[in-house]
Amino acid sequence: MTMEFSEHIKTANVDDVVLKLPLRPALKGTLCVTAHHLVFSERKEEGSYQLLLLLRSVDAIEKRMTGLSGSSGTIVIKCKDLRILQFDIPGMEECLNVASSIEALSSLESVTELYPFFHRPRELSLSEPWGLSSPQQQYAQTERLWDRWRLSKVNRNFSVCMSYPRTVIVPCAIDDITLAKAASFRQGGRFPVLCYYHRSNGMVIMRSSQPMTGANRKRCREDELLLQAAIDESEMGYIIDTRSAQQAQQARMAGGGFESKAFYHHWRRLHRHLERGKVLQESLIKLVEACGDPSQNMDRWLSKLENSKWLSHVHSALSTAGLVAECVERDGHSVLVHGFEGTDTTLLVTSLAQLILDPASRTFRGFLQLLEREWVQAGHPFRQRCAHSAHSHARLRQECPAFLLLLDATWQLGRQFPLALEFSEVLLLRLAQDAYASDYGTFLCSSEQERCALQVKENTHCLFQFLLRREEREKYVNPLYEATDLAIWPSVHPQSLQLWTGLFLRWTEYAQTMDEAREEIWTIVKERKETDRPKGCAHTTLSRHDSFTNVENLMDELTVL
Amino acid sequence: MRFEKVIKIWGGLLGSGPSKLPPHSFCPQVEQVKLLDRFNNKTTTGTLYLTATHLIFVESNVPGAHEIWILHHHIASVEKLSLTTSGCPLLIQCRNFRVVHFVVPRERDCHDVYSSLLRLLRPVSYDELYAFSYNPKQNEQQREVGWQLIDLTAEFERLGLPCDQWQLSDVNRDYKVCETYPRDLYVPITASKPIIVGSSKFRSKGRFPVLTYFYQEKKAAVCRCSQPLSGFSARCLEDEHMLQAISKANHNSRFVYVMDTRPKLNALANRAAGKGYENEDNYSNIRFQFVGIENIHVMRASLQKLLEVVGTRSLSVNDYLLGLESSGWLRHIKAIVDAAIFLTKAVTVEGASVLVHCSDGWDRTAQVCALGALLMDPYYRTLKGFMVLIEKEWISFGHKFADRCDQLDGDPREVSPVFTQFLDCVWQLMEQFPQAFEFSEWFLIQLHEHVHSCQFGNFLGNSQRQREELKDRTYSLWAHLLSEQHNYLNPVYSPSFAERHPVLEPSTQPWNFKFWRNMYHQFDRTMHPRQSILKHTLTLKESNSKLEDTAHTLQAVSSYLLSSPLRCTNTPLQSLSSLHDSSPSLILGAPLSRKEAQQEEEVLGEEALEDAPDGNGGERTVEGSSATENGYGELQSSFSSKNEPAMVSLEFGVARMTC
Repeated sequence: MTMEFSEHIKTANVDDVVLKLPLRPALKGTLCVTAHHLVFSERKEEGSYQLLLLLRSVDAIEKRMTGLSGSSGTIVIKCKDLRILQFDIPGMEECLNVASSIEALSSLESVTELYPFFHRPRELSLSEPWGLSSPQQQYAQTERLWDRWRLSKVNRNFSVCMSYPRTVIVPCAIDDITLAKAASFRQGGRFPVLCYYHRSNGMVIMRSSQPMTGANRKRCREDELLLQAAIDESEMGYIIDTRSAQQAQQARMAGGGFESKAFYHHWRRLHRHLERGKVLQESLIKLVEACGDPSQNMDRWLSKLENSKWLSHVHSALSTAGLVAECVERDGHSVLVHGFEGTDTTLLVTSLAQLILDPASRTFRGFLQLLEREWVQAGHPFRQRCAHSAHSHARLRQECPAFLLLLDATWQLGRQFPLALEFSEVLLLRLAQDAYASDYGTFLCSSEQERCALQVKENTHCLFQFLLRREEREKYVNPLYEATDLAIWPSVHPQSLQLWTGLFLRWTEYAQTMDEAREEIWTIVKERKETDRPKGCAHTTLSRHDSFTNVENLMDELTVL
Repeated sequence: MRFEKVIKIWGGLLGSGPSKLPPHSFCPQVEQVKLLDRFNNKTTTGTLYLTATHLIFVESNVPGAHEIWILHHHIASVEKLSLTTSGCPLLIQCRNFRVVHFVVPRERDCHDVYSSLLRLLRPVSYDELYAFSYNPKQNEQQREVGWQLIDLTAEFERLGLPCDQWQLSDVNRDYKVCETYPRDLYVPITASKPIIVGSSKFRSKGRFPVLTYFYQEKKAAVCRCSQPLSGFSARCLEDEHMLQAISKANHNSRFVYVMDTRPKLNALANRAAGKGYENEDNYSNIRFQFVGIENIHVMRASLQKLLEVVGTRSLSVNDYLLGLESSGWLRHIKAIVDAAIFLTKAVTVEGASVLVHCSDGWDRTAQVCALGALLMDPYYRTLKGFMVLIEKEWISFGHKFADRCDQLDGDPREVSPVFTQFLDCVWQLMEQFPQAFEFSEWFLIQLHEHVHSCQFGNFLGNSQRQREELKDRTYSLWAHLLSEQHNYLNPVYSPSFAERHPVLEPSTQPWNFKFWRNMYHQFDRTMHPRQSILKHTLTLKESNSKLEDTAHTLQAVSSYLLSSPLRCTNTPLQSLSSLHDSSPSLILGAPLSRKEAQQEEEVLGEEALEDAPDGNGGERTVEGSSATENGYGELQSSFSSKNEPAMVSLEFGVARMTC
């Protein structure tokens, strides 16, 4: 294997390279290309700067000849985490060699050649558990599920659905044979499965792919039975279709379709159009382009921001998730979410709805578990979706920043409820980075089946487990966190949404003052925690709500007097 | 009962009945009025009261009823909309960006309220303003002391003035040379009286160049004035001498910058009217620079457009961004900050003195000088320093608060959000430098509130001279704000940050300029974060003992209130106001400001809900964030048995039910 990598490396070391990083003075040093990394070390006696760049994180590379008669060259590297680096390399040949090595090694096709299969930090052992939870654990922990829902191993060989995990949670009343038949009626075999159980009223959120009704309105009794079994005889449920009604109609021409009212009597369908695929990817590209615009023109910026439509997508995601949560919590009905394949916008909506409703998913561990359940195990095709980010010149194939959109929407939730999430923006940034290029195996592959076939769990370390280690965890927690059992309903007014500058302007803005402020808050919180006692006393006083509101109102007005 | 309460409270406290209302239209109380939320379909029913100073809406039949108090001075416009089936709609827009939409059941009542308000919101003389009936129960001595808290002489001393190059001139002692300037003015020592007088005759409204800030490190001065009356070719030797004197007072630089804050086109147009700008050929040692901030009319239209856009119901993200762009508001904000940065760099980096002017030198000039000083001097970023800055650049140098804020019924073309823009610029800086300011945005919002409230004497009138006469019978806002300064502190303020960054260097990238939601939507609670970092951290900073004390006090008060409801007499009010004074703790006690009270209330809502097993009506929310208010989709909780396609109207588009 090492042989294969070395084939790509014609020049391993170049001296006197100048590195230009955003927000830093230029540095001079040695550049070294290894199988998976680009290493730059500044040539200085002490305190020298070192850059270790995972080659996989290179999104695009540009090279140009500079100097007299092209005696030297410049390489501009645009990373998937949106950072832009520039290397000035003496010697044209060296420059070209380095560039071609980067090109080849950053786009290795085989998953097992990727760095996670070689990353062996001393403090981690491969025998440690991989992943945080499984459907079995989820089921075991929710006792109230047991009388109506069961664990099914119908997919134990991935034969019923390639992109589902081996076990799924389904209604008790439906046996595995029926499940298999229902699966054959759903795109990619993604039959309706449970993803969230709402403890306070027993309602559930399920997800699936579209039914394959086709142009002649085929039906499938098993699928109908499955959905019926998910709710009581007397109950009704909502189907939130993440496509427009028109798109759903048109999907029939391609063999897809939607649940017709005639056959699914107890289900009411609502269409909420969420953009997907190429449209989202292009939106991301336009936004990143806008953020790199050097002109200081206000109108131009606002117009580009609008034109990218990114915030509109954030808006749709949050308001559709809000709708799902509203159906469950306020309306007291179960919900099935799907779009086309059920691997992108569907997961976006179900996971955001859970963040809104479920306090457990707002803890550090709970959030990672949510991502593992709803994205990794549920078969979001990370390999295709995150193959390239916003800078790549390569022709778009199946790239789509659905996961970034989830992180952005989560960030918006955190902005609106700064005390409600146990994790901070720093975690979201870390996940945004690792989804595209990582030392860990978590986001490799597109399904559990692929992960098993390639023995990812045996040969890589798990990012989530790593992040939960004590010394890591500290970096990512939100100091202000205070658990609440209540739902957090985000405001979806455009005025309430903001551009996630932490992500999109991370490398263009000098964020030090923000970091310092954050640290100051940390200090205050820590001081407070050390002396936190009489709070309970204060709380009891507060329970006299009614009389108190009066006081509030009056005192409120007193300040005017 | 409620009516009695209101009349009693207000009658008691103000000592004046609703006598200013014309007798025939006197309409103290209208019942069954609906209050519509402007962003969702929520309606509240209640009673409307009209007092001498406020319009009050009290939600009916609810324990802990929601109340809205609208100061008449805050009302910018009242509109009667066309009659609907449920009644007559009345739309009230306030200068503090509150917009209320009432529906009055009977047209007649609506008309009464409407015409009374029209009379009340257009006071014609200063005597009618709230400041002259407002009485915070202070004695004369306290009132006087309040007025002495901010002392500009001390401020110039702090700047090291007078000094060997700059002297205090008594030329304007009696407001003879320039009636819109303060009495005390600092000029170069070489500027003799004839030069000053000559220069003032060559300047619009007599506003000749005077010092407003002194950067001691480089001995560079920031001076301000109005445009010269140069026309196409006129010259004035005294004025040229004056600028020369300013230049000579600074040995660090061989020239002085002249910043004309207007767009070049406007300055050119002014030449036709005998005004204009300095000709570089006539003035030795100047460097002339236009910076292109638009005039008051453009700014007024811009804010109006902005408010229109953000007030739209079911606004889409794209329309919001397009509207933000087309309003130009952020472009104008950025232009002002850009100008202030130019000024700051010229002074602190080049060590040059700068003369700033616009047309009359009381709008754009005030914005740029004040913002520039804020960037250069950490003192102005403290709570008290900021008051000094406003006192100096805005109040003493004659920003026309009465005209710009429409205090008296006057020319609508004189109204302009110039001061609001300044506060907006300061907020943008606070966003970029969270640790640089001792005060929080609440302070800015509170200032904005009072610039329009006419409750204190500070901002009344158009000039210092006018204000001096009004001061004797009014109270100072500064005393009031200082007395409750704990409400306005920024918990992450770091004095050491100021040591490390005495001069702020803000980024002027367009994405750093943001829409100030907490200002322009301060009363639209559904739009705000449901939990506030600022408030939370402030709360944490309070000490344990204070916390305990407040809890005890509140416990006492709330039990008292339980036994004797508020409506009875003035007694609870008094006990409350004493509580207000005696409990500086933020966490559970006095609301931070009127705005914050809303959030406080929401916090209380949460706590109460946590205590009650199932919450109110089964809907569990965090701090008042509710699905209903956000309207992701207005679901009918029951499925109708109808088979025909149903339309479900949604706040964010219409979802067609195809089944």
